[in-house]
Amino acid sequence: MLKRLIASRETLLIVAILLLLILISSRFPGFIAPSNLANVFNDTSPLILLAIGQMIVILTRCIDLSVAANLALTGMVVSMVNVALPGLPIAVILGIAIGLGTILGMINGLLVWKLQIPSIVVTLGTMTIFRGVIFLISDGKWVNSHEMSPAFKAFPRAELLGLPVLSWIAIFAVIVFTVVMTRTTLGRAFYAAGGNPHAATYAGISVGRSQFWAFTISGALAGLTGYLWVSRFAVSYVDIAGGFELDVVAACVIGGVSIMGGIGTVAGALLGALFLGIIKNALPVVDISPFWQLAISGGAIIIAVALNAQANRKKGRIILKRAEQIR
Amino acid sequence: MSTTERIIPDRLRSPMEQRLKSWETLLLLVAVGIFVANSFASPYFLNAWNLSDATFNFTEKAMIAFAMALLIISGEIDLSVASIIALASTAMGAAVQMGVGTPGLVLIGLGVGLLCGAFNGVLVTRMGLPSIVVTIGTMSLFRGISYIVLGDQAFRGYPESFSWFGQGYVWWVISFEFVLFALIAVIYAVLLHKTNFGRTVYAIGNNATGAMFSGIRVNRVKFILFLLTGLMSGVAAICLTARLGSTRPSIATGWELEVVTMVVLGGVSILGGSGTIAGVVIAAFVMGLVTFGLGLLNVPGIVMSIVIGALLIGVIALPRLWSMWRLR
Repeated sequence: MLKRLIASRETLLIVAILLLLILISSRFPGFIAPSNLANVFNDTSPLILLAIGQMIVILTRCIDLSVAANLALTGMVVSMVNVALPGLPIAVILGIAIGLGTILGMINGLLVWKLQIPSIVVTLGTMTIFRGVIFLISDGKWVNSHEMSPAFKAFPRAELLGLPVLSWIAIFAVIVFTVVMTRTTLGRAFYAAGGNPHAATYAGISVGRSQFWAFTISGALAGLTGYLWVSRFAVSYVDIAGGFELDVVAACVIGGVSIMGGIGTVAGALLGALFLGIIKNALPVVDISPFWQLAISGGAIIIAVALNAQANRKKGRIILKRAEQIR
Repeated sequence: MSTTERIIPDRLRSPMEQRLKSWETLLLLVAVGIFVANSFASPYFLNAWNLSDATFNFTEKAMIAFAMALLIISGEIDLSVASIIALASTAMGAAVQMGVGTPGLVLIGLGVGLLCGAFNGVLVTRMGLPSIVVTIGTMSLFRGISYIVLGDQAFRGYPESFSWFGQGYVWWVISFEFVLFALIAVIYAVLLHKTNFGRTVYAIGNNATGAMFSGIRVNRVKFILFLLTGLMSGVAAICLTARLGSTRPSIATGWELEVVTMVVLGGVSILGGSGTIAGVVIAAFVMGLVTFGLGLLNVPGIVMSIVIGALLIGVIALPRLWSMWRLR
């Protein structure tokens, strides 16, 4: 039990994150002040939300490259709704954001499930389509801070027990999806569908349907993040979160999610996102140009996927380790 | 994931019928249709110089698409091609600042392309990593290096003789790039359809394990295909840089999507194992004509990308919808 805990991916990542923090704080002690760490977490919350959705999609042997475009489209729609109807309660705005994101995710899911088009093709396509649609509905214009209603902008910033709502939403999502992935049939179906699709089919699990739900969840989280993103940064335009899908995939891969499907945890996605978030926030502190970030994400993806492959090569895939040991 | 059933017919269709019903014929009809529609839609379309200009819309992308077609037929993919262009272009730009002449620039462009291809190839074939993730990683790594080098700056000052690769004309309206495109198309058609190497590419795409047991060195073939894709990205980088006359780190953003779309539109199965170079050539013309026609009608670039994205999905979805509808 203890041995497995030490060797697990999550423990390794926690150690790596602690080392990273020690390294940064040796030169800039202020970085690990609780208030700054809370800031870093809040800044990473959108990445955490998207990484959870992406992890579920990758579990089912798919990939969702349209998350950032989904986020941008939903963000644009809710900010335009806000401009048109400033009095609309935030609950309705949240409903619209999650609803629209879900629909966009379902489009991906249906194409993958019913037409069996490879997910990479579907989401590469929908990624550009979503971005194009933003241009069509917004006419290429920006929705700026002064056009948004104060309540619209205040929601993610509102403090609750010392943390902003944005952070709480990320924490809430981590808890909910940890339960869903480990304690529900739907969650286990994702693992089964990705771990061994043939066996899953014989066990009565529809692989396509699991993939559909994975894309739906990913879409819903992207939609939710869309609203949080535009209200937090108080601006919305065609290119917001451009290229963010790569960060999301990077967070998952760093978090030990196997791109071959079937392996990955919510905690892994969370830690992977935090790892990237800390690097991103530390770059300006240690005086490295932000232009390094893209290359660092890319390098991190490659190193992480190589490490994953090494780790997974040695042993066969056992889904129910604990049960086998008891027997 | 999905098992495709192969139905073996009692009687083979005649070669003539087969050819008439092929994807390539259908695509050719679409191309002709777009050409005719365009010439009615805009009075500026049927002009030798305008049409010559239109070829620049696809020649560079098509050069990469030929190599990508082989790679996809073998069951792999390379999403880093646009970033290889950025890196190769940055390297050439840096060399210009050091006073390197045109032959040196060409060698640097090709060399960086080959190196990037080799990097992808080693990660995929030596370390056994899935090509989708590896090339998503190198996609941000390669372009990231360009951003580190350039930041928000740009490299300029390419020599006059270098710009000929992107702006030169061989004869009348026939540009150097178009000739190069045609030449590369012929080379790849011969390589894929007339050589042993080409047959091994199909064999690997249809059944990599079977191919290995038939004595094909699967990993070596795949490595060569990654090298070729990198090399063609280097060639495209030379042409594009010469045409634009400057290098920014955002050069050729999103091209990987258009290249993959071109290959898939050309009838290459995204799951590997089938496809022809002729199909990719026609697909290149179709995409070039669509973007050029929409451009003449003043449609903004981002709206064209909707068309490209819809084409990519539609081209795969429609035949599947059609067969689902027929089975009903």
